[in-house]
Amino acid sequence: MIEIKNLHKSYKMGSNALHVLKGIDFSVKEGELVAIMGSSGSGKSTLLNIIGMLDTLDEGSYTLDGVPIKDLNETKAANYRNKFLGFVFQSFNLINYKNAMENVALPLYYQKVGRKERQEKAMKYLEQVGLKEWATHLPSELSGGQKQRVAIARAMAAEPKVLLADEPTGALDSTTSYEVMDLIQKINDEGNTILVVTHEEDIAHMCKRIVHLKDGVIVEDKKVKQVRAKNYV
Amino acid sequence: MWIFDRDLWGEIFNTLGKNMLRTFLTMIGVILAMLILILLLGGSNGLSNGFNKIFEGTASNSLFVWSQRTSEPYKGFERGRRIRFKIEDAEIIKKQIPEIEVLAPRIELGSHRDVVTVYRRGRKSGSAVYGDYPEIDNITKKKLVEGRFLNQSDIDDSKKVCVIGEETYKLLFDKGEKAVGEDIRINGVFFRIVGIYKPNNNINIDGENAVFIPFSTFQKAFNSGDRMGWMAIAVDPDTKVAVVESKIKKILKAKYDISPKDERAIGSFDMSEVFNSISAFTTVLKGFSFFVGIFTLLAGVIAISNILLITVKERTKEIGVRRALGATPKVVRRQIVLEAIVLTTFAGLIGFTISVGALALIEIALSGGDVPIDNPMINIPQFTVSFLLMVALSTLIGLIPANRAVKIKPIDALREE
Ligand SMILES: Nc1ncnc2c1ncn2[C@@H]1O[C@H](COP(=O)(O)OP(=O)(O)OP(=O)(O)O)[C@@H](O)[C@H]1O
Ligand SMILES: [Mg+2]
Repeated sequence: MIEIKNLHKSYKMGSNALHVLKGIDFSVKEGELVAIMGSSGSGKSTLLNIIGMLDTLDEGSYTLDGVPIKDLNETKAANYRNKFLGFVFQSFNLINYKNAMENVALPLYYQKVGRKERQEKAMKYLEQVGLKEWATHLPSELSGGQKQRVAIARAMAAEPKVLLADEPTGALDSTTSYEVMDLIQKINDEGNTILVVTHEEDIAHMCKRIVHLKDGVIVEDKKVKQVRAKNYV
Repeated sequence: MWIFDRDLWGEIFNTLGKNMLRTFLTMIGVILAMLILILLLGGSNGLSNGFNKIFEGTASNSLFVWSQRTSEPYKGFERGRRIRFKIEDAEIIKKQIPEIEVLAPRIELGSHRDVVTVYRRGRKSGSAVYGDYPEIDNITKKKLVEGRFLNQSDIDDSKKVCVIGEETYKLLFDKGEKAVGEDIRINGVFFRIVGIYKPNNNINIDGENAVFIPFSTFQKAFNSGDRMGWMAIAVDPDTKVAVVESKIKKILKAKYDISPKDERAIGSFDMSEVFNSISAFTTVLKGFSFFVGIFTLLAGVIAISNILLITVKERTKEIGVRRALGATPKVVRRQIVLEAIVLTTFAGLIGFTISVGALALIEIALSGGDVPIDNPMINIPQFTVSFLLMVALSTLIGLIPANRAVKIKPIDALREE
């Protein structure tokens, strides 16, 4: 699903450049649930953003589902993101003046899905994350865990090939974190490919594979026995 | 078509409705601008209508020609000779200058602006007395309150009839007393009243206290022979009055042995000059109003653009999220531009409604008064042009915040602080 070879990325900081990713070779198969770990500043978000086409790579190659991702203009990147990728952020990033259902329906709007179908689909995904009754509530009326579940529903609504989550539990307490992870596991069980950036060991062990980043390179890449989050909820 | 996309409009109204106060404050500039534009335009229209009303009934392409004394010696004649037109001059001039549409000769009892005492059963009035042709009505229209104006059969039969002014009526009759059919006496001759006219409440060449009798009757009753006092002339609308004026003078100067250089011997008044200067004035006024209005509008639209710029900055994160979810730059740009257009249009319509209401009130307040303002309202073309211009401006200026929004990179917008 994801094929990355010899990826380099540096940021220009005035006169000198900060070399953040220094030759990453990384591939993810369909249906995997991968945790990306590493200390702060090790380049986890940078890697995820490049995979998410929110950022560009300097060197190396990146192929997503057989499509080489390079030289994208803004419009093409937006279309690819819309078609291939779902995003979940640490700070939820829901649109605060739209209710839960409208938030979930937004990527479908950009896919030009009709109004009625959009609402039906949005309701379906809200139901999947257990928030059907909250459809008409604004984000400000939801708890952190609920907001993140709405965000996950939104990411899944466009039926992406890969779900990218940057510290999805970073702003949540542990019980809520496990609820969110339980949801992510269920989505993965259905065959979806998911990448989760996390600091927390327990969250990482709820994935099927852990990749360790350090100083811009992968220092460890191992398969783990998945801990089911359900047992902790 | 995106125009019919309910969601697009939903997005826009959702965003604008989110912050009503700011939306409203943003709109004030355009509301005021539209108010100024429409009031100025309506006001100058009203003024133009007011002037037109004053001249209503007076042929704009007309002139008046009368005789005076010579100011140059010529062909053995000394200066200071009194020139007297003859009735035949009218025919000569009409024949030689085909551009003349109407030529009404006139003669006045006594010398110009003299008054004559008109009697009726012991009452009297000092009035101007004119011998006229019915054609005069095509040049300076009389508003008849009662009866009729002079007609051709009055001329043909030299009928002893007259039309009197309302002022004259007031002096000779009691209020409400029937006048048509009554007789009045001028210089010992009786004339039967056939009509009463009202001063046009505007340009009044004949004065308000006047008696009109048929030209032919005048000749017989007052023994004026072939004399003619002056001529009222209406010229074909496509011909310059000044051209006809100089042709007439040339003919008359030759006929009466007046020096070609003599500027005083024949007097004339070109009505079209007055019309032209007034219509030039109102045109300039309208142009100026439009100019001022459009620039105020521009300022209002810029204010909207400014606020939208701030809004875009505030919404950086939201726009980043939308971009991450698949909004293309085009979609983002369109949304912001449409926000600008919707705000401007809405504000413009509010301003328009208020100003049209204000104009209607002005009309009510001024109607019947002496201020030369009539029906101060804008017309459909003016409204359409202002409106289209407003939308065009807002589109252009909305592109500034829209391009700012497009420049937001999702990665920068989404970076956690
Ligand atoms: N746009 C940017 N411009 C300059 N430097 C950047 C930019 N984005 C990231 N960096 C730098 O790159 C390095 C890696 O950042 P990144 O966000 O990938 O780290 P991270 O592993 O996600 O860290 P954290 O766990 O704190 O989120 C950091 O030193 C960061 O300061
Ligand atoms: Mg990070």
